[in-house]
Amino acid sequence: MNDRFKMDEAQPRLLDSTGQGIIGTEMDRPDGRLKVCGAAPYAAEFAADRMAHGVLVRATVSKGRVLALNDESIREMPGFLGLFHDGTMLRNSAQGMAGEAPVQPGLRVDYHGQSVAVVVAETFEQARDAAQQLAVRFEAAEEVEVDPETAEAIELDEDSSEQFGDLEAAMAEAVHTVDSVYTTPGHVSAAMEPHASLAEWHEGNLSLHGSYQMLRFNKKELADSLGVDADRVRILAPFVGGGFGSKLGIGAEAVAAAVAARELDRPVRVVMARQQVFDCVLRRTETRQRLRLAADEDGRLSGVGHEDRISQLPEESFGEPTATATHFMYGGKNRLYRKEIARIHRTPSGSVRAPGEAVGMLGLEGAMDELAEVCGIDPVELRLRNIPDTHPETGKPYSSRSLAECLKQGASQFGWENRPAAGSRREGQWYIGCGVASAARSNSLVRADARVTLSADGAIVETDLTDIGTGSYAILTQIAAEMLGLPASKVTTRLGDTDLPGASGSGGSFGAGSTGSAVFLAAKKIRARLAEKLGCDVDSLTLKDGVARGGNVEKPLRDLCVEPICEEAGITAGKLGDDYEQASFGAHFAEVAVHADSGEVRVRRMLGVFAAGRILNVKTARSQCIGGMVWGIGSALMEELGHDPRTGHIITRDLANYHIASNADVPLIDVHFIEERDDQSNPIQSKAIGELSISGAGAAVVNAIYNACGVRIRAFPATPDKVVAGLEALGL
Amino acid sequence: MRSFDYRRADSLAAAREGLGEAAQIIAGGTNLLDLMKLQVMTPKQLLDINRVPGLREITETENGLKIGALVSNSDLAADPRIRSDYPVLARAILAGASGQIRNKATTGGNFLQRTRCPYFYDTSMACNKRQPGSSCTAIGGISRMTAILGVSEHCIAAHPSDMAVAMRALDARLDVADATGDVRQVGMDELYCLPGERPDIETTLAPDDIITAVHLPQKQSGAVHVYRKVRDRASYAFALVSVAAIVTRREQRIATAALAFGGIGSRPWRNSEVDEMLAGEVPGEPLFAAAADRLLAEARTEEGNAFKTRLTRRTMISVLREATGLEPASVGTDRVEESAA
Amino acid sequence: MKTELTVNGVSRDLDLDPRVTLLDALRHHLHMTGTKKGCDHGQCGACTVLVNGRRINSCLTLAVMHEGDQVETVESLGSPEAPNPLQEAFISCDGFQCGYCTPGQLMSATAMLEEAKEGWPSHVSESLSNPGTLSDAEIAERMSGNLCRCSAYPGIRQAIARTQGDAGGKS
Repeated sequence: MNDRFKMDEAQPRLLDSTGQGIIGTEMDRPDGRLKVCGAAPYAAEFAADRMAHGVLVRATVSKGRVLALNDESIREMPGFLGLFHDGTMLRNSAQGMAGEAPVQPGLRVDYHGQSVAVVVAETFEQARDAAQQLAVRFEAAEEVEVDPETAEAIELDEDSSEQFGDLEAAMAEAVHTVDSVYTTPGHVSAAMEPHASLAEWHEGNLSLHGSYQMLRFNKKELADSLGVDADRVRILAPFVGGGFGSKLGIGAEAVAAAVAARELDRPVRVVMARQQVFDCVLRRTETRQRLRLAADEDGRLSGVGHEDRISQLPEESFGEPTATATHFMYGGKNRLYRKEIARIHRTPSGSVRAPGEAVGMLGLEGAMDELAEVCGIDPVELRLRNIPDTHPETGKPYSSRSLAECLKQGASQFGWENRPAAGSRREGQWYIGCGVASAARSNSLVRADARVTLSADGAIVETDLTDIGTGSYAILTQIAAEMLGLPASKVTTRLGDTDLPGASGSGGSFGAGSTGSAVFLAAKKIRARLAEKLGCDVDSLTLKDGVARGGNVEKPLRDLCVEPICEEAGITAGKLGDDYEQASFGAHFAEVAVHADSGEVRVRRMLGVFAAGRILNVKTARSQCIGGMVWGIGSALMEELGHDPRTGHIITRDLANYHIASNADVPLIDVHFIEERDDQSNPIQSKAIGELSISGAGAAVVNAIYNACGVRIRAFPATPDKVVAGLEALGL
Repeated sequence: MRSFDYRRADSLAAAREGLGEAAQIIAGGTNLLDLMKLQVMTPKQLLDINRVPGLREITETENGLKIGALVSNSDLAADPRIRSDYPVLARAILAGASGQIRNKATTGGNFLQRTRCPYFYDTSMACNKRQPGSSCTAIGGISRMTAILGVSEHCIAAHPSDMAVAMRALDARLDVADATGDVRQVGMDELYCLPGERPDIETTLAPDDIITAVHLPQKQSGAVHVYRKVRDRASYAFALVSVAAIVTRREQRIATAALAFGGIGSRPWRNSEVDEMLAGEVPGEPLFAAAADRLLAEARTEEGNAFKTRLTRRTMISVLREATGLEPASVGTDRVEESAA
Repeated sequence: MKTELTVNGVSRDLDLDPRVTLLDALRHHLHMTGTKKGCDHGQCGACTVLVNGRRINSCLTLAVMHEGDQVETVESLGSPEAPNPLQEAFISCDGFQCGYCTPGQLMSATAMLEEAKEGWPSHVSESLSNPGTLSDAEIAERMSGNLCRCSAYPGIRQAIARTQGDAGGKS
């Protein structure tokens, strides 16, 4: 596409004047019926004639080389078809939006758990057995660094290290200061559907059913990994069983399936075992964050410092942007950032839901709670006092920002004024307390194309966007229905196929805004065509319930599209992205109970109030927010990757040892939205929402623990052992 | 999972006959198949005893209650007699695993489940339990879920069961049929071995022994039963520490106390000295603290599990307060009433 | 190994490697992919099916062990054209996002409601002998063997609460 719309200037709020009334409503997911009946097909559920099964084989040294890898030990096993380990095997999944092959290290091993080969057999049971019995000899390096705290290879990330004014001086002069170190452990996405790919070749063309988030990029990554032209690769992912970052980039199983299928000349399906997903899919780095805050007597910030250390494998570009939100949340003219990257041999790190804010705001919002305490100011009031007029570093205006409204409305709805003094409320053996934290997540616009076809039967929306549970099917259907004056039942949305126009992909919370805008623009073109046919000015055109009205004319829509009207449109970021600081905002409120003896924490109530521009579907948006808040509970209380101190490899490599929140950990969460339109973000005035609600959520929980019992947890997660240690330090 | 020969036994006699070399009995299979998929266990033969009749009943006997080995964890916890007369057992079972697993897991199998030590589960890491003599990598590793009592320099794995902890407090006895079909009784205090130098040998049972039933003693009217489990998430997680307590009182004093512990021992842990210290005494913090000291005197900790001494101590004292009426009862604390209606 | 499985009331003859789990027999051999594999080790609940009316993890049992048993899967509840009341409630309460854990949640909830009707207590029941009606905390505990990473737990519980009494019935 050459005529993509560039977001250089604010657009009229057309969706506020269309008459269908479907946008923003609580419409049920159109894909819901398939999902509740088990009829929605995920990647591993496609099959093909003569399909063989592949199982990945991992490295069991942390750094070194494969010395001997051949099929001698398994060749005679029943059903064995082949062992593949050529130079195409991926070291790890591609980073989000890479658009090219990740590192393909050949025989080199960079971490324990790296995929080094795939074993293929007639059945899954045969392939699994053979993969487990395959004898591989490795040469292990004598020394290997696996701990970011003790690593010698520490890089200063210059791009992320900067200062404004003089923080040291500000700290020295301030009336109130906070200088605290927060640590967060590694996390994983743990999407419920393990990574799976079915590869089939036909005359040099590859078709891959996969479980991926960003097909436009994944197609290039897969093609580049295999050394084929991208035009020869097609990826299909109509349903994706959760992503959360783990399926942003092409992974080892896809390339392995494609290579094996090509060599064997038959379809091959490779599904990762849950343990393999832990081993070789990108994790969220652990962080160590030093937060410094300097404030005057009234709690107004004069300085903010956010320094962090993260980890990553050598040769891997991604670095968790821990301080993202710290740059734009609060004022204070003296500011300092410094980022260190420890180059170590653990499973490499990448994007996990809200990279940056998810862990960075645990530190920042914890430190703000500490500042409120030392200043003797209510934590809500402290935040309100420190909301800057313009970006404190660039001076840019905010495109829209309802942080204050979120804090105020949340405080009122939650009953914040009844918050007890720290450690003062007890029910039986439980201390009760409340905590607050702000939420924020950067907003962006990513190139996206879409096609909309209007015919007498209704409309069809087509784009290669994925629905990873986010509600893409719902909101794209709603946008088209709203624009074309059709009931939602007359709109069919087709997603997850790289033969369709290339979308933004689902990631970075930009899927709905970016690809939704492309659908909006395509539908807008159709509206212009309809106005022309009706003989009216497009501004006077009304489309509702299948009837077109304009001027003094009224016609059934179907009469205007006897010949289907097909329009394609695209969008790219423009000037407004540079001119404005764009982010979504919100506020979290949590009430917790802390067991006085065991230190167990239960979240009893949680409220989130969010402002993210136009809300396209209240139901799916609320679900996204609830999901993020539950992740916040998880990061606050239980989620923690454990790495063996000698090998670095993940010990908590299944869902029994890596705890994600269960139903019993979660209260009936309350979510509210503040009405907002963001004219600078995109033509549909929406903003990022998918990752907004995890950002800060865990801090509200841990701040509530402090309010409940006086124990300040700075090393996440707040497991019973840490709470108990804190209680004992207080003599409790 | 390695290939194996699968056979179904329709009687115990058939099961005994079918038990060949490297054979495993499969009942619920919830742990066995879990381990076979990882090739941590590689039996050459599976003998399915699910169709053996007579092992799914709970019957009243002269001395108490007899529970067939194939009674599912769910059925056991739901049985009205267990709920009213042995609440600590119902509570322990309900605190374990999930509804789905409890429906499949059996009483006999629960006793014999293997440790959840992640180093035992990961075939790329050395483990003396999996491969005797290879070394224990949990020592010096991520040891959060390991034991602090009854461990050795060769193994620090914890026994993962909740049910067996309650059974230990209840002084349950197992019916074990040997290769000839003779049935002997094995007490909970005799069932498990300490790891010592051979952590791969976990019980005193012979390879061809089959657990057929469990006996619970007569109910103790007036006893207070408590099962308290502390874990990293609110449900569906193994214990960091769990405490089963059965306490009877005479006037202001503790008459008898039976305490057993999960999550901290190489086997469902009980120390009779602790019970004896409490018996006959007036309940109070100094007594409880002294009992906790006794329990933990031989604790051997790692950096990653050192917190368990503190957590065990606090949880134990908390449980004792409720069991002796010093604190009001919370959910998990039940009293055995005089007569089952 | 010849095995006859009865799935959703229909008898099916299969010739299976004894290693095939009930889950893989459903997914790979009967091509009934509604039942999901999330962890293959009984740690997530996505594979929940009913066997003789009881909910179990189909990943932790062998197909050959279930000859003669009545197996029920999500496909027995309702169809996209006519979902059952519990499925309807999941849709209207948005008790899922990606949908991958959903069949397991539905099967688990279906059986859980029957367990509650039979008076089974749970870990959070105040009284073991008389657990009473299903409070929100009871539903949460009893559904905790089904993980949902999208974290639709509140919607799942609302959907179950809404259909208490007549849920699980076939449409």
